[in-house]
Amino acid sequence: MTTRNLLITASPHLGSRDATPTIMWSVVASLIPVVGAAIYYFGPSAVLVLGAASAGAILTEWAFGPKGALQDGSAAITGILLGLVLPPGLPMWMAFLGGVFSIGFGKLIFGGLGQNIFNPALLGRAFLQAAFPVALTTWPALGGEWWSLRGDNFALPLMSATTPDALTGATPLGLMKFEQVTTANTDLIMGSIGGSLGETSGIIIVLCGLYLALRNHLNWRIPVSILLTVAVFSGGLHLLDPARYPSAVFMLFSGGLMLGAVYMATDMVTSPVTNRGCWVFGFGIGFLVVVIRLWGGLPEGVMYAILLMNAMVPFINRATQPRVFGTRLKEAKGVGS
Amino acid sequence: MLHKFTFRHGVHPPELKELTEHVRIRRMPYPDEVVLPLRQHTGNPARSIVRAGDRVERGDKVATADGFISAPVHASAAGIVEEVGIWPHPDGTYSTAVRIKVDPYSAQVARPRLVPEWEGLTTAEIRQAVQDAGVVGLGGAAFPTHVKLAPPKDKKIEILIINGCECEPYLTTDHRTMVEYPQRVQLGIRIMMRCLGVDRTMIGIEKNKPDAIETLQATLPTDLNVTVHPLTVKYPQGAEKMLIEALTGKEVPSGKLPLDAGVVVQNVASVGTIAEVFETGLPLVERIVTVTGHGICNPSNLIVPVGTRLRDLLAMCGGMTDDAFEIVFGGPMMGAAQPNLDVPILKGTTGVVVLTEAQCKRVQSYSCIKCGHCLDACPVFLNPQLLGSLAKAERWEEMEASHLMDCMLCGCCSYACPSNIPLSQLFQLAKAALRKRKAA
Repeated sequence: MTTRNLLITASPHLGSRDATPTIMWSVVASLIPVVGAAIYYFGPSAVLVLGAASAGAILTEWAFGPKGALQDGSAAITGILLGLVLPPGLPMWMAFLGGVFSIGFGKLIFGGLGQNIFNPALLGRAFLQAAFPVALTTWPALGGEWWSLRGDNFALPLMSATTPDALTGATPLGLMKFEQVTTANTDLIMGSIGGSLGETSGIIIVLCGLYLALRNHLNWRIPVSILLTVAVFSGGLHLLDPARYPSAVFMLFSGGLMLGAVYMATDMVTSPVTNRGCWVFGFGIGFLVVVIRLWGGLPEGVMYAILLMNAMVPFINRATQPRVFGTRLKEAKGVGS
Repeated sequence: MLHKFTFRHGVHPPELKELTEHVRIRRMPYPDEVVLPLRQHTGNPARSIVRAGDRVERGDKVATADGFISAPVHASAAGIVEEVGIWPHPDGTYSTAVRIKVDPYSAQVARPRLVPEWEGLTTAEIRQAVQDAGVVGLGGAAFPTHVKLAPPKDKKIEILIINGCECEPYLTTDHRTMVEYPQRVQLGIRIMMRCLGVDRTMIGIEKNKPDAIETLQATLPTDLNVTVHPLTVKYPQGAEKMLIEALTGKEVPSGKLPLDAGVVVQNVASVGTIAEVFETGLPLVERIVTVTGHGICNPSNLIVPVGTRLRDLLAMCGGMTDDAFEIVFGGPMMGAAQPNLDVPILKGTTGVVVLTEAQCKRVQSYSCIKCGHCLDACPVFLNPQLLGSLAKAERWEEMEASHLMDCMLCGCCSYACPSNIPLSQLFQLAKAALRKRKAA
């Protein structure tokens, strides 16, 4: 009789096919239309900044991460997302440095995939904003030739940047905050506005998010909760004083809110594990976004809102543990009667 | 009464029942040898009353029950006792077993009935007859049936629930029992209702068995309050607590038994067996086993003598395919992998599933990405993500504080985990470690 090797494992003996790399790479795939929109609006500069940020993230993961970690796709997501929250005219070396910081200090220092507290891409952007405040708030004006650079992308490290060729403009939120100028809603929704690479087309981001939600690769409760909170809170303020507070549509489609709500806040690692926690988390982000935008010193608050709520996640998780089957029944009845 | 058609959470593994769901039950010829472990049920193992060289007939008692929560073991074939000694047990350990060399010339027919007629017996006599016939639950846990028939006097039982869910992938034992032996199921329900003194019975069947639902519906007794309830197809719909919640809306309190919710749950094959022993007069000596999986040549539903060795059973079904890779007793979600082809089929073995290499290829495990899919899967609302990280640090006591003991090891969390973290497996370890520490 022939010998045969049999596998001996503990149950269950079947598993679902949804593996972590599948989730990560499907997020990368869903970012393709967003990247496409960035390239459509900002030309070769978009390719250069996105490429530099991704290269920084991927090379750092390759050099310092655990062996084979690149295959799980999480470094690619971080790199692309970082690129999407940077201004198109940013020197490439800054974008690259941001990518290095995102992975190195945003993820690897905590112990790699799954261990980090803060969203790595946003941490990278916060670092760049602190290190290069001027470069990070220089927005090119829209228009001009598609193939022209939107800033001094090829500036050398640590040299004083030459004056950009393109005229500088302002983001809708900047216009709103500092000059009390509002932008047309159709421009906001379609994306023909100034801003970061991924701050443009809200409608494309919503569609990509729907795709991910249908595949259960993001928890839909987080974006829904964020957007609802922002809509209700800012809509209420707008009703009270339309002259002072912008409309809910403006708040929803301006700045990085869509990208943040769909792609940043839903990062599985840095969001709550419980569904009730996701509602709380989203509410907190939405509330902070409105507070920072309307009463804070900055025109945009999505980044800090998400980072602040990232820090709250352990508390949210602890406070929203599900009720174990068959427990606390008596207390529940007592409340009802 | 308004009720939901399922429970909350759970997972949807592939059903894979098409291999055997329409295959008629066949009787397997007697093997050369049967092995009867004394430990085939929950509770005390039986005590052997035969010696090597003894001649036994089919249905003779070879081991007697040791106490109330115990059941006797009967010879499943006529022959000569070869040995009473240790033998590999399907749970991965060894157990004392009575090994019988089957007499190839015996007609293997029943002699005068060994189990009395049930009509005319008092409930106490019925319970005794059920215990003497060695009847245990056939759904897997093998809890002695007579204990279920004798609930403590201070617990009022209102509803008898018959579990025909069979939510494990591949298995069709209960399905075929309902389709081919509906009268037995109905008689078993009648006997149980008499013993328990309940006037209401609910049969829960997953919707993927329309022929079973139809057959039982058509054979319902007119004088009893018995109803059939089609349920959503979802794993683990057949878990006692989930089934009770789906049918009655009641949650069994944490750490308590269905009795505490006024319910007794019995698996459909077990209830059929109660009727069978009274009908045939023979104790529990054979059972229906699904031998299936993509690694077996001829998937079948067979009537198998208890104690048939795995080797003989596989040979009956044409043997294994070339890519067979893992043999599981029970279903693929909760069953136990077998390292040895000499282990016997027990009273509680619902099926034998042979999986292929492609199905159980060892996959890489990734770090937990805190996606929360395990929380969405857990039918008892635990936090497997937290429990898993505690288990990796061997913080058993903290796991207990986080309700580890409410875990029924259904495997939903492991199934749902995209990072392939062996959560359910870690919880088995943790439970064993805690038991050990308490015993010490």
